[in-house]
Parts: sequence; C-alpha cells; structure tokens
Amino acid sequence: MAGSATAAHPTAGTTLKMVVGKSDTKPTWCPGCGDFGVVAAVEMAVKRLQIPSHDVVIVSGIGCSSNLPHFLSSYGFHGIHGRALPVAEGVRWANHGLTVIATGGDGDGFGIGAGHFVHTMRRNVDMTYVTMDNQIYGLTTGQASPTSMMGHKTKSTPTGVIENPIDPIALALASGATYVARGFSGDVKHMAELVANGIQHKGFAFVDALSPCVTYNKLNTFDWFRQRIYKLEGSGHDPTNLQLAWQRALEWGDKIPIGLFYKTDRPTYEDLEEVLAAGPLTKQPSGLKGREDLLKEFL
Amino acid sequence: MEEIAIRSGGAAGDGIASIGETLSKCLSRMGLHVFGFNAYQSVIRGGHVWFQARAAKERVYSQGDGCDILYALNKETAQIHLPSLRRGGVLVYDPENFTVADSELPVGTRALSVPTLAVARKFTSQPILQNAAGLGAVSFLAGIPLEVIQRTIADSFGTKKGDVVDWNVNGAGEGYRYAQQHGAPVGSAVAPAGPPKYLMAGNQAIALGAAAAGCKFLSQYPMTPASSIMHWMAAHSHQVGVVVKQAEDELAAINMAIGASFGGVRSMTATSGGGFSLMVEALGMAGMAEIPLVVVESQRCGPSTGLPTKTEQGDLNLMLGAGQGEFPRAILAPTHPVDAFRATIRAFELAEAWQTPILVASDLHLSESYATVDPGELDLNVDIPSLYTVEPNGGEYLRYRYTPSGVSPRSFPGQPGLNYVSGSDEHDEKGHLISDVKSGVPIWVAERTKMMSKRMRKLDGLAQATELPQILGPPSAELSFVAWGSTVGAVRDAMALLAARGVATNLIHLPTVYPIHAAELGRLLGSAKRTLLVEANFSGQLGRLIRAETGIHLTERLLKFDGEPFYPMEIVGRATEVLSHGR
Repeated sequence: MAGSATAAHPTAGTTLKMVVGKSDTKPTWCPGCGDFGVVAAVEMAVKRLQIPSHDVVIVSGIGCSSNLPHFLSSYGFHGIHGRALPVAEGVRWANHGLTVIATGGDGDGFGIGAGHFVHTMRRNVDMTYVTMDNQIYGLTTGQASPTSMMGHKTKSTPTGVIENPIDPIALALASGATYVARGFSGDVKHMAELVANGIQHKGFAFVDALSPCVTYNKLNTFDWFRQRIYKLEGSGHDPTNLQLAWQRALEWGDKIPIGLFYKTDRPTYEDLEEVLAAGPLTKQPSGLKGREDLLKEFL
Repeated sequence: MEEIAIRSGGAAGDGIASIGETLSKCLSRMGLHVFGFNAYQSVIRGGHVWFQARAAKERVYSQGDGCDILYALNKETAQIHLPSLRRGGVLVYDPENFTVADSELPVGTRALSVPTLAVARKFTSQPILQNAAGLGAVSFLAGIPLEVIQRTIADSFGTKKGDVVDWNVNGAGEGYRYAQQHGAPVGSAVAPAGPPKYLMAGNQAIALGAAAAGCKFLSQYPMTPASSIMHWMAAHSHQVGVVVKQAEDELAAINMAIGASFGGVRSMTATSGGGFSLMVEALGMAGMAEIPLVVVESQRCGPSTGLPTKTEQGDLNLMLGAGQGEFPRAILAPTHPVDAFRATIRAFELAEAWQTPILVASDLHLSESYATVDPGELDLNVDIPSLYTVEPNGGEYLRYRYTPSGVSPRSFPGQPGLNYVSGSDEHDEKGHLISDVKSGVPIWVAERTKMMSKRMRKLDGLAQATELPQILGPPSAELSFVAWGSTVGAVRDAMALLAARGVATNLIHLPTVYPIHAAELGRLLGSAKRTLLVEANFSGQLGRLIRAETGIHLTERLLKFDGEPFYPMEIVGRATEVLSHGR
C-alpha cells in the first residue's frame, strides 16, 4: 500500500474547500509542542486523500492533544477522558461510509482508556487511531504517564518512575491491530504518509506519534529522539512479517525505529457484522411498522 | 377474584424456570391473564429456586401470595413453600425424590405423588425428563387441557424435532393421565377464557419497544437483570435491523451508544446499578453535548454487588443525581410490560426531541417477570421521522444555537456544510470550547451562563412533554397509596383485595419520576385523606423527592429492602394498620 497515498478517496469532493483544512480555532498548545506536527500530518493526510471534510469525523478524549478535533474543519467529537475509541466505534457503526480518526494522548489511550485500546484492535474496526505520545501528563501539569520511562522524575514520581512503561507498538501487535506504525512529530511528511496509508488501510490502523512535550518532559525531547530514531523503510524491515515486527517493536534505547512495523489483512468488524451488510445504519429503514410477525413468539 | 397460582421449585439446574414459563404460556394461550415470577439465585447449579405462575380472567399484576398447586422437586421446596399452599391446594411430588408425611401438609391440602422419574426412565436416562411428567400432572390438576400442555412443550423446542421432543410430549401425556387416574383438579382449576394473549417479560417489551421506536444500535455489557434486553435484541438482530454490540465494559457501552447517536442513528444502552455507576460520566457528556440517548437502568438489590438476582428500587437517588454538574434528563418508570414497551418508545421520542439522555427505570421484578399482554396493547406502527432535519442555508451553522426551547438544530457527519465539533467541554453556539483560553474572561463568563441556561431550559419542555402523575381508583378513597415502577403491580392487587373487603383505596403513581410535576402531584396528594408510601428501598427515595419538590412529607410508609418483591397481602396488612390509626 505504501506509495498509494495519493489515490483519491472514493467519495472525494470536487472542490478543494470541501477538503479538510484548518478550522477557525487556533491550537492552544505551548509553542514548540510536538502536537503541531501531528495535526499538520493529519491535515496533510486527509487532504492528500481528498476526502470531503463532511465525511471525516475526528474523535478524541481529554488531554492537551485531545483538543485536536477543534483545529480542523471536519466533523469532530471531543469526548471524555479515555473514551475516544468507543465513541469512534459508535460513529463508525452508525455510518460506516465515514472516515473515522481517533486522536489522543498516551494517558488517554494507554492509561484510562487502555481497555478500549486493546478491544478496538482485536475487533479490527476500520478506523485510524493516532496517539500523540509525549510520555507525560501535560494538561494536568506534569505527572508520570503510562509510557514514562523507568526512573523518569515527574511531579507524581519525584524519585523516578518505578513502573515498566507500556510499549504501545508491542501492545498493538499483541492485540491484533492490522496496521501498526510509529511516527515522529519532527518529521511531518513521514508521519502524514503513515497516517494516509493508515486511513486507506482496511482495518484498524494505529499510529503512535512520538510528540515531545516541551514544557513538562525534559527527558524525551526533540533532540533526544533525533539522536535515536531511524526509519524502518530502507532498513530491510519487512512489515508483512509479524516476527520481525516484534523484534523492531522491542527496540527502544539507543535506536528507536519509526515507520510501518506491521500490516496485514483481516476482515473488519464492519465486514463481519451482518446487519451492516445492508449498508450504513443511517441509510437503513428503522422501526417495526407492519412487523406483527415478530409478536408470534409471544403467543 | 378467582385465580389460580401454580408454584414449582427445586435447585438451580432442575429446569424450574422452564417449567414455570411453560405453565405461564399454557395459561396465556388459554386466554387468561398471567403473572409469572421467577425467583432465582446467583448460582448455576444447586441452591433453591422457584417460579410462581398466577392466572385469572382479570389482569393480575403481581405474583400474588399463596399457591394452589405446589410442584416440588426436592424436600427443601416442600418445606419452604408448603405454608403457602392454600386450602384445597395440592402438593405434587415424586416419592423417589423425597417423602412427605400427611402431618406436614397444611390443613385442607392434599398431596399427589406422581412417579415422574419412572416415567422419565421409559424414555431416557436423563432425570430432567421427570419435569415433563410433572408438567403433565400439574396441568391436569390446574385444568390445562392435555393438548395445550403438549403443544406448548413441543413449541418450546422451536423448530427442533426428534426423540427429545417426543419424549417430553409423551412424558407429559403420561403424567397427565396418571394424575387423571389418581387425583382430581383443584377447586380453582381454570377453563379456556378467550383468545390467546401474549406473554412477555419486561425486558422483552423494552427491547421490542426500542426496535419499534427506531433504535438501530444497542450496546450493553452483561449484567443481571438487564442482560435479557441484549439477548432478545441479539436473537432478532437481523429481523429488526439493529446492531447489537456487547462492549468490553459499561464505559464502552454508553460511549458507543453516544457515538452512534452522534453518527446519526437512534441508540440505547441498558444496564443495572453497578454498570450504570460506571456510565455516569458519559451520561453527563450526553447531557452536555446534547446527544439523544436512551439508558435503561434495571435496578437490583444493592449496595455494591448486593443481591444480584433480587429486586430493589434503590437507585432512584443515583438516577436523579448521576453526573457531575447539572443537565436535563427525564426518568420514566414503567410498571408493567405493556407500560415498558410504551415507555421505551416514549423515551426515544423524548431523547430525540430534547437532545438529552432519557432514563427508563426498570428493576429486576419488572424486567424479568412475565405478564400477559392483549394483542391490541402493543402497537408496532410507530411513526419514525427522519433524523436529518437541517439543511445548509448558506449562513453559519450553529449547532448549539440559542433558542426559546433550548433545542438547537442538529446535523450529522456526512452532511456537507454543517460540520461542527461536539464535545464535553463548555462551548459556544458554534461548538467552540470556551473552557480554556476563554474561561474567566467576562464575555465568556456570560456565555457560559447563557449556554447552561439554554440546556436547562429543556427541562421545562421535558416536564410539559412527559406523563403527569396518575390516580387509579376512586378519588375520594380513605387511603391513597403512593408508588412507582414495578411496585405499582402489587399495590393494584392489594387494592383489589381491599376492595373485596369493602375498603376503597386509590393509588397515586408516577409514570415520570423526573421531572416530577410538583404542582399536579401536590394537588393529588393534597386531596388525599391519608397516604401510604410503598417503595422497595431503605430510605423512601421517592418520598424524599416528593418532599423536596412539593413540601409534602409522606410519613406513613411501607418500605422493604429484602430483595423480594412486594406481596399484595403485606400491603393489605400495612394499609389496614394505617387506616386503623386514630379510629
């Protein structure tokens, strides 16, 4: 699928203004925040696919990064902490003609929402999930997050984190995600490619975006990542090979891979939910007029 | 009122519920009104479970008090339930299971020993087939014709054919003939009374009502006593075109339903108190984001895990207060499956009209008990208008536009030119959040007040649109019962018993528990001579709400929180006590 990101979305609009762009709300993030790179990548990806803005729904939870839906011109849903994915699933099942993208932070997705993360992946719901992973709680002013590294000193862990961090890539592989990638806010074009391919992927696409917090995370900074990241593309990695994906997923130290770890094809939840075979629920008839046959079982 | 009550009991796994359901169905097919009460425990095997099927020509609203036939599969059942066997009643048992001495039988009752296990052995080594012979014997005693019980048993296997079906049908025949040769029908034995009636549980009525109201998406996490809503809908998913999602937890269940509603379909979730507690945060989001949502809260005995298979009305305070901050909601409290069907349809209409969560307050006793419904009482022909009512008009689309009613035009993803962002943060008319850089700035402080007031205005509309308190029975009665939800059933049966004694009572009940319609309620209560509050909880939660909203303190109370439903006679007893005060 790589390289096909320029193919037009089936319901692509004809006028450019219909395509997702910036909204009239300016991001409220700190200057230099990694999330600027992520919103730019998401915007670039949907623009490239020419999906009409009214067919895109961006769903988020709570946290600095979860404000993202307000900054783009598509439909959006800015829900409660940790629940972006179930809302996104509901939207998708109501109308599976829509392009559904969930966005949020590491606390939202891997802490309070970890249960939903695992279950949405095993269902292979056809949607894209972009996490802005800054390894810290920013909006609540600097506590440890589920991806904070061992030893990281934060407001809530003044002597250092004593829990092993969650590895979102490995968790995604273990949970059955069918598209698993990692991007870096410092490389917007690369991330946009990952997001665009994720949107085009038929199934659950997960993009963990390394998105440094310039205010509260003084450990995992842009420079820290720049010294370590390398691209899987061109490194001899085969993203169709689950074993190799596992090996690369476990790399986190002097070298940190970004790019596509794994991609496979599996029927989506929408494929297997037979009621949806008749088309999006929004377009199906509703109610039981003239369906007295249903009452026979009660006689 | 002439009635018959058939009680069967044994251990979990003995097939007691299916005996009770089969007998209930026989009686409803004979055109009688039936109430079927399944008393079970949180075990899959063992323990003590029982089922009471009560029937009469007139509508019966509760399981009643005593029984006329007691079919006991073990000694424990006989010991527990013989005291309830009424004069003229019969104990049916198999001496291979246990023995009973004449001295153990209440005065005026008899026992009929039926070799049910011996009958079973003629067909199979599976002892469960004894139930077929038992059903046959009980049917003869109850006046249920042989062809009715045999047909009902055969139908219970659906389209399945073969030996097991034949064994059961023939086993029932043998039991029936044995009873015919060795016993006589009870004095209260029934005869066919008219065309068949529907027999349904409250949860089936709720699921059917939801589908009739245009629900397209139901997400739930299993929890007694709400699970059977999901079971019915899942079994009929294709027929009714509803996507049923068993979620990973109740947090997901309600958020999925909210997402589906935002996405453009009518949606519902259902749970009990424990699950509802988990849903509370998202309920507030539906209020804040103005998303239509129907939530069924089928209460069970709390607090905490409590008594998972026993009933209570202990979650009213929770439903009233669920969610941080304030947002408009309504709580509908159906009393009977017919009511549950209609209330669910009404909940969808209200949720949509007022763009806010509507709660349907059920409880285990309503959700899981069976009751008869006359065919004319269920109207599936519900008008379902399109949700898509807004078109772009070239101007700026304001999702949360200020309106006199508080209801704003709602668009859906996929509609061009009407894009907006919905959310849990406070926002302006456009949906832009005013919770961060704008909060505390004077013009936005005023905006918050305006937006909050806009949402809360919908509560006035909801009050206008919901059913007023009802009075049943003679207005000038000596005593007015006050009740809500499933408790109304036993009160109605108690009122009939009191009327038979020449005591006129009436009932003030609240189809809409909230908004409470204080003026109307105050008028009804103000004209009552005496009142008796009947609620299945410890503190009288409805009484507290009534006092808060009307200033009227209902001091005479019958409260129970033992997990058991109300029995008509205990209400009669307390009413008699209250009426004797000051005489």
